[in-house]
Amino acid sequence: MANESYPEELKYHPEHDWARIEGDTATFGITWYAQDSLGEVVFFEPPDVGTTVAKDATYAEVESVKAVSDVYSPLSGEVVEVNEALSDNPERINEDPYGEGWLVKVKLSDASEVDALMDAAAYQELLVGD
Amino acid sequence: MAAGARLVAFAGWEMPVQYEGVSAEHLAVRSGCGVFDVSHMGEIETDGAGALDLLQHVLSNDVSKIEVGGAQYSVLCREDGGVLDDLFTYRVDDDRYVTVTNAANHERDLAWFRDHAGSFDCELHDRLPDWAMLAVQGPEARGIVAGLAEGELPPRMRTARLRVAGAACLVCGTGYTGEDGVEILCPAERADALWNALLDAGATPAGLGARDTLRLEVCFHLYGNDLSEDRNPSEAGLGWCCKEETGFIGSEAVAAARAEGTAQRLVPFVLTSRGIPREGNAVIGADGTESGVVTSGTHSPSLEQGIGMAYVDAALAEPGTEVEIDVRGKRRPARIESKPLYKP
Repeated sequence: MANESYPEELKYHPEHDWARIEGDTATFGITWYAQDSLGEVVFFEPPDVGTTVAKDATYAEVESVKAVSDVYSPLSGEVVEVNEALSDNPERINEDPYGEGWLVKVKLSDASEVDALMDAAAYQELLVGD
Repeated sequence: MAAGARLVAFAGWEMPVQYEGVSAEHLAVRSGCGVFDVSHMGEIETDGAGALDLLQHVLSNDVSKIEVGGAQYSVLCREDGGVLDDLFTYRVDDDRYVTVTNAANHERDLAWFRDHAGSFDCELHDRLPDWAMLAVQGPEARGIVAGLAEGELPPRMRTARLRVAGAACLVCGTGYTGEDGVEILCPAERADALWNALLDAGATPAGLGARDTLRLEVCFHLYGNDLSEDRNPSEAGLGWCCKEETGFIGSEAVAAARAEGTAQRLVPFVLTSRGIPREGNAVIGADGTESGVVTSGTHSPSLEQGIGMAYVDAALAEPGTEVEIDVRGKRRPARIESKPLYKP
């Protein structure tokens, strides 16, 4: 299990998702807090490449032994790549939530949506309030 | 709470769901030894010359078959056969029995016993506040408990009064994991010391998450999921612990269900594809119609696949039958299996 961290270079959604923005595409994942709350992830089924995702809507589920949790899209766009390695190794979401545990890559349809996301400091303030 | 537990509220108790993680704890029980704090389980003590008669009246099994120091599984039924609880009864003396209840049912069970005690010459005592219960399970469990016990541990399905870690305990050769091991009833005020002694001796603390995956792999029923007032023991696959000739409450309904057969039956299944079935998912038959409902479902840490139990139409109940489980809108192929899904 990874140590708690919230990288500065990422943007955060209040449903405990992160986005790494690189030009007009972004990588999505769930935060350290999300994976810790869920416990060991035993199943993740990615959406198909080509699926349209909408900001604040769910696009996938992650499951621990006991619970199912919806994954929210922090931004809108079209899925261009999914992390196939998670099919056999979903525990990577726990081990490396910001690295090998990434979920999908999305071509963004509205770059201005990024402004609505939180930075690491604001997200951690939200966690304190939780 | 000790040992880094993650707690959740259940039936008025703060319950340890997990310590290190469900899978790790599960596998520790399968390969070594885990200890569960199951003190939320209730105990009803029935004492007196009429104790056997009362228990025979309310419990489904033939209680007269329990020898002193013996244990027996049974269900508690309503008149119509609906299951109120499933319970273990230990005969601790000639005229003294201890019946272990499920936490959420304890008060109702106790009231049921009292309501039916009427003319029977016995006393009922609620022992839930007095006793803690620790379940020590796994291939190394007996060795670990034996090292702390003064005297020989009881074999499977037997009980013994023993001192364990200095506390006067009732040690029972029973469990809910499919593994060998014991369940220990000890005075509540001694439970912390016993828990710590078991951990020091090498037992892994295990939570209710692992308890659930372990029991489901071996297809033990969970009341509230696989058993309820709406289902009779026959359709739940518990006809074996119902002895209608004793005339217990509900025996006529059980006999009728047994004779006529039931529309549905509780069966174990595995997903033959990826995914995890969950309670409430629909079971879809080969003709595409909804033909059952999942009552327990999880990811099996030992089998590394989705497993569960479901009430399905009798036509689908044969092991080997291919069905689909509707997991939140996705139909996932599954196969009906025989019990147990995992053989320790």
